[in-house]
Amino acid sequence: MADKSVAAALNPKKSVPIMKWVTPVLVGWLVPGAGHIYQGRMQRGLLLGSATLICFLFGLMMRGAFFEPQSGDLLTTLIYTGGNIANKMVGLPYFLATWLGYDQPDIAGHVHDYGTKFLAGAGLLNVLSLVDAYEIAKGKKD
Amino acid sequence: MPKISLSHLETAILLALLISVVLGVVTKKTDKDRLHYGIYCFACFIGTIFGLGWLMKLGHG
Repeated sequence: MADKSVAAALNPKKSVPIMKWVTPVLVGWLVPGAGHIYQGRMQRGLLLGSATLICFLFGLMMRGAFFEPQSGDLLTTLIYTGGNIANKMVGLPYFLATWLGYDQPDIAGHVHDYGTKFLAGAGLLNVLSLVDAYEIAKGKKD
Repeated sequence: MPKISLSHLETAILLALLISVVLGVVTKKTDKDRLHYGIYCFACFIGTIFGLGWLMKLGHG
């Protein structure tokens, strides 16, 4: 008994309630940067959110295409399914764009191609923000 | 939604800037370190863009 309390004192494991990190991660997924703002990190939230949204908006203005999941060989599956997941990681802006009818076909041209990468890149930037929001909620970061 | 057409260089610099901001914010703990790391990342991206650009130009002859 005494050993257990000594061990617990030497190696304290904080148990963080699941809702403490699920809410900021969910909010941060839906609105880029909002996970940080929800946790009181206004400046960081605005920086991350604006970087992600600017990336997404430039992707739309360059008429990039959203990835559609495709199966086939490994590389095709990886690129198209991974790209589709990356697109969806932007959250509400993606769903709003598709709901409003944005449906750009994947056509040749370097501007369209960069636009497609910007749209997927915005989702990946938001994933980095979500990991950061998760670590803040878990108490691993300030 | 307006349509824009950027060159390869403009697009690469814009993407480098956005990625540098996010990397700077999420990887470091103090504002000073974040700024320094963001600038460092951006400088690395720009160096790589021009380095690879020249490499491709010289490779093509």
